[in-house]
Amino acid sequence: MYAFDYHKPSSVADAIAVLKKADDGTFVAGGMTLIPTLKQRLAQPSDLIDLGGVKELVGITVSGNTVTIGAMTTHAAVAKSAEVAKAIPALAALAGGIGDPQVRNRGTIGGSVANNDPAADYPAACLALGATIKTDKREVKADDFFTGLFETDLAEDEVIVSVSFPTADKAAYMKFDNPASRYALVGVFVAKTAGGAKVAVTGAGQNGVFRVPEMEKALSANWSADAVAGLKVNAGTLNADIHASADYRAHLITVMAKRAVAAAG
Amino acid sequence: MPDGGTGIGAAVKRVEDKRFLTGRGNYTDDINRPGQTYAYILRSPHAHAKINKIDTSAATSAPGIVAVFTGADMQVGSIPCGWQIHSKDGSPMHEPAHPPLAQGKVRCVGDQVAIVIADSYSQAKDAAEKIVVDYTPLPAVVDMSKALSGKTLVHDEIGTNLCYDWAIGDEALTDAAFAKAAHVTKIDIVNNRLIPNAMEPRAAIGEYDQATGEYTLYTTSQNPHVIRLLMGAFVLSIPEHKLRVVAPDVGGGFGSKIFHYAEEAIVTWASSRVRRPIKWTADRSEAFMSDAHGRDHVTHAELAMDSEGKFLALKVDTKANMGAYLSTFASSVPTYLYATLLAGVYTTPVIYCNVKAVFTNTIPVDAYRGAGRPEASYLLERLVDRAARELGLSQADIRRRNFIPTDAFPYQTPVALQYDSGNYTATLDSAQKAADVDGFAARRKASEARGKRRGLGYSTYVEACGIAPSAVVGSLGARAGLYESAEVRVHPTGSVTVFTGSHSHGQGHETTFAQLVSEKLGMPMENIEISHGDTNKVQFGMGTYGSRSLAVGGEAIVKALDKVIAKAKKIAAHIMEASDSDIEFKDGVFTVAGTDKTLPFGQVALTAYVPHNFPHQELEPGLDEKAFYDPLNFTFPGGCHICEVEVDPDTGVVTVERMTAVDDVGRVVNPMIVAGQIHGGLAQGIGQALLEGCVYDEDGQLLTGSYMDYTMPRADNLPSFSVGTETTLCTHNSLGVKGCGEVGAIGSPPSVINAVVDALWDLGVRDVKMPASPQVVWAAINSARPAAAAE
Amino acid sequence: MPTVTMTVNGKKVSGEVEARTLLVQFLRENLHLTGTHVGCDTSQCGACVVHINGDSAKSCSMLAVQAEGTEVTTIEGLANGDELHPMQAAFKEHHGLQCGFCTPGMVMSAVDLVKKKPKASEHEIREWLEGNICRCTGYHNIVKAIQHAQQTM
Repeated sequence: MYAFDYHKPSSVADAIAVLKKADDGTFVAGGMTLIPTLKQRLAQPSDLIDLGGVKELVGITVSGNTVTIGAMTTHAAVAKSAEVAKAIPALAALAGGIGDPQVRNRGTIGGSVANNDPAADYPAACLALGATIKTDKREVKADDFFTGLFETDLAEDEVIVSVSFPTADKAAYMKFDNPASRYALVGVFVAKTAGGAKVAVTGAGQNGVFRVPEMEKALSANWSADAVAGLKVNAGTLNADIHASADYRAHLITVMAKRAVAAAG
Repeated sequence: MPDGGTGIGAAVKRVEDKRFLTGRGNYTDDINRPGQTYAYILRSPHAHAKINKIDTSAATSAPGIVAVFTGADMQVGSIPCGWQIHSKDGSPMHEPAHPPLAQGKVRCVGDQVAIVIADSYSQAKDAAEKIVVDYTPLPAVVDMSKALSGKTLVHDEIGTNLCYDWAIGDEALTDAAFAKAAHVTKIDIVNNRLIPNAMEPRAAIGEYDQATGEYTLYTTSQNPHVIRLLMGAFVLSIPEHKLRVVAPDVGGGFGSKIFHYAEEAIVTWASSRVRRPIKWTADRSEAFMSDAHGRDHVTHAELAMDSEGKFLALKVDTKANMGAYLSTFASSVPTYLYATLLAGVYTTPVIYCNVKAVFTNTIPVDAYRGAGRPEASYLLERLVDRAARELGLSQADIRRRNFIPTDAFPYQTPVALQYDSGNYTATLDSAQKAADVDGFAARRKASEARGKRRGLGYSTYVEACGIAPSAVVGSLGARAGLYESAEVRVHPTGSVTVFTGSHSHGQGHETTFAQLVSEKLGMPMENIEISHGDTNKVQFGMGTYGSRSLAVGGEAIVKALDKVIAKAKKIAAHIMEASDSDIEFKDGVFTVAGTDKTLPFGQVALTAYVPHNFPHQELEPGLDEKAFYDPLNFTFPGGCHICEVEVDPDTGVVTVERMTAVDDVGRVVNPMIVAGQIHGGLAQGIGQALLEGCVYDEDGQLLTGSYMDYTMPRADNLPSFSVGTETTLCTHNSLGVKGCGEVGAIGSPPSVINAVVDALWDLGVRDVKMPASPQVVWAAINSARPAAAAE
Repeated sequence: MPTVTMTVNGKKVSGEVEARTLLVQFLRENLHLTGTHVGCDTSQCGACVVHINGDSAKSCSMLAVQAEGTEVTTIEGLANGDELHPMQAAFKEHHGLQCGFCTPGMVMSAVDLVKKKPKASEHEIREWLEGNICRCTGYHNIVKAIQHAQQTM
């Protein structure tokens, strides 16, 4: 790790003020990605601004048809929340499958969404459920938020405050783990929403998380595993690495989509 | 055995556990020496490159820096290889120089280029970034076939990438047998390269005492005396009486901590230059590119049979990857630890095996749990499985009709070894029962009803361990003897310290060895201490590997105990005024035969050290005996592993549903520890078969350089295991023990892959390579489907 | 350099550390609590697991300064004097350790499991251990030990 200055502000406003003063500051949420990155010396921020002291960013509220999760809420908290489990069981299950128990105890939804790791789980839920990402400045629709590999619409001095998920009639997430890292090799989140069916895929796309319009169309017409069984994402748009060729990923997307629809009921 | 049961055969709870469970273990990185500095080793990012210049000036003046050294500073001996192999034409193997710090050229990613020594590890790492190395990258060679046919040389000075071209067996007789065969089964096999990954990364602390001229090296080693010998005599020219090597608690080895590594020599050498202790601890990424790797064979094999499926001859052609340099035991692994096992448990009368060892621009390859024997069992058991399918025999039948019969021991194989004992039918019968083979058909049906495939795979194997008779290995090129030594020191009040050369790094020696003492001296465990791992305490030792600790190290302890008892009997005879020959010793008490005169062991011990009335003409005071034990033969554990898998044909995911192992490890001293050793071996075997595989790209970059890409077996990858033993005793050691450390890793991989092939055979799959990851299995199913349709 | 203060194994401790100091470094190097180990650099092996305010966490993946004001329990703080914690006792009873290197993290993780899911099935136990790698035991006896501790904790 390179040396840096550390700050632990207690409000969003203070956090932003500290960041603005820093040469090349960065926020840290749970740190489950950033700290290992720093350990590998793959990043060299001048200042680390820890959002762990900002109490206003923690918490889960369910009102009407919306589940709102504070940015600094841990995966473990989402996973064990009875309210989330009741409103959007697929979201609680997804949170309970991120990383390992120790990662879930520290990692946060805000950190995951802001980092937009192409193999992270939450971005798929955001896209498929049509989440809204609320920052200190504005509200952004998930479809506009995730812009590429580790890229989002977030400005450097912008802090995610919360993520709001509309409930869905049916939803499920199926993850096929990378056997080594246990990140998603392919993860498919399906949701049957008021606005039609949505299918979002993580782990596989060359540009990160993406939706699958053909599958959405098919599922909107006929919500059944059979409806997606014959549909395949173009392998030319997918990642290839030692664990999975693009063809294998394309195949797995179909299999996971089928299984997700079946699991959603 | 005393009350409570702490002798041979008792499942005594481990005495070492308390310190590990409470965080009081003492691993190398836990040790801090006064005035200690910290080292970072700068490594090559290139697989092959010429070093034109190294500019260390900016690093040297960085904050906290004590010194920076490169190969130009460290002109010392070459890291030696401990085993000389001769090619079939009689020429000795090529042994290129292996300098601890690169001398003008790097030959693999991870090769050591410089050491940066600072007041803190962070400072050392910060400064290392300021070192400017001017490299000219050279073409790298990774693939063994290309290495043998191409122009790129790993070592220019030897003019070839062929380290040796070795053979065993009679080729003419083998060819003649093939000519008469009714059926020949052929197979091409890759034994995948593995990265050992003991959970404790390697570490070393070098310390120099200016006043005495003595060096101390604390290191994560399986055999501190061997390191002292190799590093002292060959690399640094430090005489052994001025060099102490301490291997404290070591967090697993699996072979990877046998070898003498460059970092040990570098910190020891540098400590006398900077006059301060130097600690180096690998991080995991560094371990991936600096620990010796394992396996990495490419083999073509053919098995000749008569019309009844009786094996007539076996012919094997293997290429074995040595990596960029010859590691300590590298040359022996694909020869005497591999080809000599190719008879397996079968009566195959003639065998010929040719092995070409090849240099490549990869990290050195050396012994990893099983070392050569897993490669042999994998090859044979995959071949036998295929032969059975081609001949329409059941997997059990083909094996039974070729087993070495129980009454044929001692059995001389055509590839040098003489097996002393075994009962392969018994282990097969027992495993079939434990695996509920009879119920498999119903379980397969149930799987198929859920859209899954189910398969059952066998492996019946033998291994040679208890390494090894010095005379035998010496005649085969080993440059060391492979005996073990022990000292049993009885203290004046009757308690005992045993000094053993067998290092323990998870095997539980502190318990098992104490059980030997408890059994022999009739003494409770708390009166016994087992000491190992410090060359200043332990007289000598050849260390722990090749499942040799009990069969060789334990025998040495027994031999020393026998000497203690013999002397104690004389003392007892003197005290009780009887003849030596009338003294009996049982349960810790000396008795004059046929009388009620007795003397407890403690009284005899005290007399030995308070010799007021002592037969000085006949006996020296004291009760402290040493022994060296050199085994008469290898030991030959064997057994049967049966694996049952379920395959999801939609994703290629293989789930191990049942793993049954029935092994013959000879007499079992501590059944709890033996089962634990087998569990661990099975996990590594399943890991090799399904999960683990080291991958390099064409340029020699290591693609599996962390746990993000190298798949370690985790709890949810494995089932609970069913393990059992069927015992035949080793006939040439007094304990009758054979060894259990490697059986799991040697026997299991073919059973797993045979099970996967069994599951997919009807889909047209004929082979699945290791590791049978989901992608590999899915691809095998996909490519087989058209072929199956064509059939 | 920042000063960091926390409660470790019931004792209030503080020290001056560079901001980049990991919690595990602070424990091992400043406090000499060397029972917490480092087995990887990608937050996967779990040899470094400790409890932060009662929840298991990887001390290699957080900074010492991030633990400011928290209650930290390490393997050294688990036993009650000479009496092993039931999880430690279960590991000994069932031979749930061999080389001992992963053991501290494994035990700390397992204690958190039994607190959070006292009736976890074998399958759930194995899933929970995703973040703890053991190279010696094949996990067989670790699972048995945890099942035993479910009864005794």
